[in-house]
Amino acid sequence: MPNEDILKELKAIVEEVAGVDPEEVTEEKSFVDDLDVDSLSMVEIAVQAEDKFGVKIPDDQLANLKTVGDAVSYIATNK
Amino acid sequence: MSRPRLRQNSGPAATRLLGFGSAQGNRVVTNDDLAQRVDTSDEWIRQRVGIVERRLADPDQSLVDMAVEAGSKALANAGLTPADVDTVIVATCTMPGQIPNAAAQTADRIGVKAAAAFDLNAACAGFSYALTVASELIRGGSAGRVLVIGAERFTDWIDWDDRANCIIFADGAGAAVVGPADEPGIGPVAWGSAGDQVDLIYLRDGRYVYQEGRTVFRWATTQIAPVAEQAVELAGLELSDIDVLVPHQANLRIVEAIAKRLRARGAREDLVVANDIVHSGNTSSGSIPLALDHMIAEGRVSSGDVMLLVGFGAGLSYSAQVVICP
Repeated sequence: MPNEDILKELKAIVEEVAGVDPEEVTEEKSFVDDLDVDSLSMVEIAVQAEDKFGVKIPDDQLANLKTVGDAVSYIATNK
Repeated sequence: MSRPRLRQNSGPAATRLLGFGSAQGNRVVTNDDLAQRVDTSDEWIRQRVGIVERRLADPDQSLVDMAVEAGSKALANAGLTPADVDTVIVATCTMPGQIPNAAAQTADRIGVKAAAAFDLNAACAGFSYALTVASELIRGGSAGRVLVIGAERFTDWIDWDDRANCIIFADGAGAAVVGPADEPGIGPVAWGSAGDQVDLIYLRDGRYVYQEGRTVFRWATTQIAPVAEQAVELAGLELSDIDVLVPHQANLRIVEAIAKRLRARGAREDLVVANDIVHSGNTSSGSIPLALDHMIAEGRVSSGDVMLLVGFGAGLSYSAQVVICP
């Protein structure tokens, strides 16, 4: 799956979990600082991403996914 | 010569809940109160945990004091006297010492003579575990009626400088009376444990309650709804039959996540969902009966309602069953 498609799906997940406008969800954005996604919402995003992309995102890895771009690359590399 | 043959008991086929009671301290601690001591804020706590204020025991109010009050109220609510029960189970994980247990002294102070009395520790799943044990003791013929109490005094086990955990836990007790019935009122249990994840919730330094919040959140929001669904199936019902959902009041976001998953699987949109944590805090084994007692008092739950109880917590332990509101 190309990165653009991963990003598109991720936008939908972030909107569903945290109510963030998909247009705001771009690769350079920080989940916590720019999108106001808290640590528990990050867990919910990870759970949905695991289902959607067939990846494993353990909590210790999740803590390293600071930006939307980090998440896209992690999913692209690990799925 | 033939060997002597033992007799074993058997009891009535069906049991049900007969009444509820609860007890809390008078100390109301707001998020702003906590923010004066640790680096937190009302907004942060409301958003992460959903708690607006929590109730703590008075300084001279022990865990057993709360258990006695809740248990006595449950008996009165059921229209019974202490002589009408013969067994008392206290679900707790916060007794100040291992010896003696809470149940024997609780039974004595309530006035239940020579009660079979014991504590049960399945942490936040404790009330649901104890309800099953009570029901099966009656069905097996070992007990007539059972007083089941969930009671916790977390005040004794909180590090008030640990901002991640001191905002969550609280004190309180809830109780239910279980007795024989003509029609089934307590469904089969779906329960279990995951002892490989023992290190997610424990006493740090053997002294202070601590949990790996993020990992516990993931477990509770993904693994518990299927247990609840299994309990509904074991009771021979559909999710759409459930009127009231009472998950352990761990965190409002966990409660809402479980409700959302169950609705996606067929539970009704008008399902009444317990949110007692908002004003009570997380009282572990006390949370389910406290929530039930409050919801009945508020008129959110009525006699005959089909209620799904779901406990989960340290161990890890989990337990769910369907019950009919008395």
